[in-house]
Amino acid sequence: MEIIINGETKTLSPMSVTELLGSLGIDPRRVAVELNLDILPKGNYESTQLAAGDRIEIVHFVGGG
Amino acid sequence: MSTSTDKLVIAGREFTSRLMVGTGKYASNEQMVQAIEASGAQIITVAVRRVNISDRSKESLLDHIDLKKYTLLPNTAGCYTAEDAIRTCRLAREAGMSDFVKLEVLGDEKTLFPNNEELLKAATVLVKEGFTVLPYTSDDPIVCKKLEDIGCAAVMPLGAPIGSGLGIRNPYTIRIIMETVKVPVIVDAGVGTASDAAIAMELGCDGVLMNTGIAGAKDPIAMAEAMNLAVRAGRLAYRAGRIPKKLYATASSPIEGMIE
Repeated sequence: MEIIINGETKTLSPMSVTELLGSLGIDPRRVAVELNLDILPKGNYESTQLAAGDRIEIVHFVGGG
Repeated sequence: MSTSTDKLVIAGREFTSRLMVGTGKYASNEQMVQAIEASGAQIITVAVRRVNISDRSKESLLDHIDLKKYTLLPNTAGCYTAEDAIRTCRLAREAGMSDFVKLEVLGDEKTLFPNNEELLKAATVLVKEGFTVLPYTSDDPIVCKKLEDIGCAAVMPLGAPIGSGLGIRNPYTIRIIMETVKVPVIVDAGVGTASDAAIAMELGCDGVLMNTGIAGAKDPIAMAEAMNLAVRAGRLAYRAGRIPKKLYATASSPIEGMIE
């Protein structure tokens, strides 16, 4: 299935948000995830299964003023 | 007069340092860490951006920052609408588990001046959602009063355009802002060198926030220390109460007992 991660279209097998972050090598404690424009609380990463056409944003803190 | 009892209080949280610094534009993470340390700041700003999913080799900013020591102030830099700024704040709260946000909604790429209409809109929503909102605003007492009335925890008028280093362009307007609002007034943006920071504090501002003034200096670590001292010196001078300005001289030594 295809989902859009941070603006890039990716083809993935069905998986949870926890599994997606794991496959991308991202520490879930250091990021925030927005799924189809809604904030996804960290406690829901495990139980949330990605669906075809989902738009997901994964953000973190970078240097700024 | 000690500075240790003179605390900056924002939304009930106490800080002994009145200097807030950014984490952008440093040559390296090591330099950033040392500069923040030298600045004595307790509140540091960060930006919220997409994780690079194709190249995971880059280190995370938070790997370098001691979260027990510093309060993170995520910003909404680069947002031009209330909607984008609100979305960024919600993400920041989820990433950082803190309600503090530096709200900026920009109006123009050339000046980076705030779009106050969108700023007020975003602040209204965010305060209702429980955020501690510190808005970057024009040096406009009316807008600052509106931001206070909405429930912002502080107001952060610009001294001059972001990154310009022009210093405090409208010191009298900044003073009017301080007389208009009860929440802390923090000069955000425009500080180029130590005297600019000292002037802001001598005016009676509650704090100063800067990034480029330190990170863009030839020696950012030395400049961070200079800003640390300037903010403290300016605060002390404000509390000490300066002498009035006069056109003519007043002798410092007594006339009595002069040899004749």
